Order: sequence, then C-alpha cells, then structure tokens
Amino acid sequence: MADKKLQIALYWSAGCGGCDVAVLDTDEFILEVAKLADIRLWPIAVDGKYKDIEAMPDGELDLTLFNGAVRNSENEHMAKLLRKKSKLLIAFGSCAHMGGIPGLANLTTRDDILTTVYLHNPSIETGNQTIPHPETKVDGFSLHIPEFYKRVYKLSDVVDVDYFVPGCPPAPHQVKNVLLAVVGGQLPPKGSVIGASDRAVCDDCAREKTEKKLKRLHRPHEIIQDPKKCLLEQGILCVGPATRSGCGVRCPNTGQGCRGCYGPLPNVIDQGTKFIAALASIIDSRDPKEIQQIIDQTPDMIAIAYRFGLPASLLQRSMRS
Amino acid sequence: MSFEPKIVGFLCQWCSYTGADLAGTSRIQYRPNIRVIRLMCSARVDPSFIAKSLADGADGVLVCGCHPGDCHYAEGNYKTMRRFPFLKKMLAAYGIEDERVRLEWVSASEGQRFADVVNDMTERIRLLGPSRVRSKLQTDKAER
Repeated sequence: MADKKLQIALYWSAGCGGCDVAVLDTDEFILEVAKLADIRLWPIAVDGKYKDIEAMPDGELDLTLFNGAVRNSENEHMAKLLRKKSKLLIAFGSCAHMGGIPGLANLTTRDDILTTVYLHNPSIETGNQTIPHPETKVDGFSLHIPEFYKRVYKLSDVVDVDYFVPGCPPAPHQVKNVLLAVVGGQLPPKGSVIGASDRAVCDDCAREKTEKKLKRLHRPHEIIQDPKKCLLEQGILCVGPATRSGCGVRCPNTGQGCRGCYGPLPNVIDQGTKFIAALASIIDSRDPKEIQQIIDQTPDMIAIAYRFGLPASLLQRSMRS
Repeated sequence: MSFEPKIVGFLCQWCSYTGADLAGTSRIQYRPNIRVIRLMCSARVDPSFIAKSLADGADGVLVCGCHPGDCHYAEGNYKTMRRFPFLKKMLAAYGIEDERVRLEWVSASEGQRFADVVNDMTERIRLLGPSRVRSKLQTDKAER
C-alpha cells in the first residue's frame, strides 16, 4: 500500500443526497475506501468542517466527489474552495454533471419560487410576509444566509471540472469503478465522462425491439405492460435512445421508461432535442392534426426530454422575466 | 439604427433551395434578412440545430422542405412534420415566441412563395423585436 493515504472529500450541494447514498451502496467496498483513503469532508457521513478545508494548503486533497448543482452562493463558494484544494474535482451525479432535477427550476424565476414557497403555499401560516433575504438586520447585528441565485447552474459553469460521473444516482458498481480508476491512476483525458458506457441505453436493454410505430403515448399506469417488449413500442415514454448507458438499464428492467439521468451520448450536445427527433420519427401519422393530438398526450415535453439536464442544454432556462 | 432580424434558413436542396434559387434567377426581390443553409433534406434539420441557432443569437429560424408527398427521400419531410410540433411545444415552455421558428413547404417551382415567406417572416419578427435568448445566456455566464 502507498505510504500516504489518498486524501478525499465528498460534498453535497444542491441535490437530494442520493449520490452520497450511492457511495454507501457500494456495500463492503466502502470499507476498502476507508483503508485506501482519509475522508476529510463528507457532511452526510463523517465529521469535517468547512474551516478545516479552508485551512488546508491548496491541492492537499487528491480527490473531491462533488454532488449537487449550484443553486446558491454557498454551493458556489464550496465549489470554488474545493476546486482550489483538490487535485481532481469530479462532478458526481446528474446534478453536478448537468444540473439535475433542481435544474428544472430554470423554467421558472427566482421570484416565483420564493413567493410560491414562502407566501402562497397552502401550508403557509396565514399572513406570513417573510421571504428569506441574504442579509437581515436584527438589533444592530447583521445576519447572513446564502444568496439564492436566479437560476441553477451545473458545476462546470462555476469551476473547472476534471471528470464527470453521470447518474441519478450513479450506479454503485460505477462508483466503485471510478474510485478504483482514481486509485489506479487509470483515467482518460481530462473532461471525460467516466463511470459510464459510450453506448445508448437501448444498446444494453434486453427488451425485444422491432419496428417502432406509435399511435398514442401512455403513462406507465395506464396500460398492462408486456414485460419483454420495448417500452417505446408500447407507447411508454423512454428516453433510452438519447441516453448514455452504463447504469445497468435499471429503469427499463423494472418496467419504467429510461428517464435520461446518464445524460446525452458522446458527441451529442443536447439530449432533449435528440430525444424529440427520435420520438417524432416513430410516430405513425402523416396528418398534422393527429400528430398534434399525439403530442398533446405529453403534458410537459421539457421535463421528459431534459429531466436531468436543463442547465446543460442549449437553451438552459426560461427566457421569460 | 432600426432592428434588422437575423433569420437562419435551413433549406432542403431538392425543393426549397431550388425554389430559393428560382426566386433569385427570376429576380424576385425579398428581404435580405435570411441566411440560407442548404441541407440534403428538411429531416436533416436536427431540432438541436434550431436550438443552437437561437442560443447563438438568431432572431428566427425558418425550415423549408418539399411538400408532403414530394420528399426526394419519400419519408424525410414527414419526420420534420412530426418533429416540429414537439420542438414548438418545448420552445413555448422556454418562453420563446412561436413565430420565431417556422416550417414551410416550398417546392422547386415556388420562387415567389419562398420570397413571400421570407418577407412575411422578417416583418413578423421585426414586430416581435430582437430575441432575448443569447443576451440572457450571456448575462447568466457573466454573473458566474
């Protein structure tokens, strides 16, 4: 074993915490990690304070796995701090990679979010007028909380990122692969997506695929599924054709359409438009009215096509406001 | 200076580009606001081309192909016909005005129709004003 243990940090930014759990889901391998590495910061599992990180010399950390998007000034501060202190910064999971589910908030505005959450929600105490502000003055003191940004950014919008590990969350076997690749020094060129395949989910999906012709779209609960047949052929929306594989085809194997969390395929810059191009191609109609009717069966195209990657898409956000 | 819309035009080479060519050889005058890109088929227009055009500062995007039934590749323009309403639905959710993106069928003999479409689209976009897409994305970038 190396004379010096690997120094690592895991950080949880604007995300649900599922990526941290994915690391724990490597089961007994986590004990190997503890043998190979000193975990200097991992808010969900071990102690470690921001000030300890601040006190480190630059580049002290060998590796930081950063999960979560950048939604507020604290997220950005920690991203920049960990970037400075880390030799390798890895965007870990869909939110850090592409903005993730929090990124769908880019379809609305900061004001709408704050007024809905703090003023108009049915569960709000009647008459509440309090909305969080970055600075509040109380008795001559000034209190600060992080500033809520007007939109969500992916990690690489605010700092230089070495590698991207996709997934919501990354599949545990891929987490293991990534950690072993770092330990073994077997890493591809900087900027690569690691812990994933270069093929589409469909390539790895075992369901039978024949000619695709769709007359209508179904939500999963609306039909009795054929467990062997391609979900798209059954009219269940599946983003598999436009999504990178490597996840182990977890969703289609359990009867859910692929949701697209591993992001676009290599050399594709925009996942959602690729998906609508594929989906439109298999709709079985030449009548504009009928086509519109079929399309209207999907309430929200963006949440389907860009569920995990709106901030990483070409258009990124609502153009209103 | 008054606002001159920048329109990107994706034209299929078999019908619409030939139609645009006919407008030229027939000396039909039309607005110079369109920048034409010739493609083999309207189905070559991946929806990401349109998103990219808008993100990079186009005020409008015009896609022209053969009339339904006339596609050189038999099926291509039907695919375009189906992709467009999907894309439109997405663009609406982004808050991008419907008139900025337009699909028209223009045959090789419809030089006048091509000119009319370009004139009409230019004037509609002039009324809408400049697209906000590029400036919004640039501001976002500058703020981080």
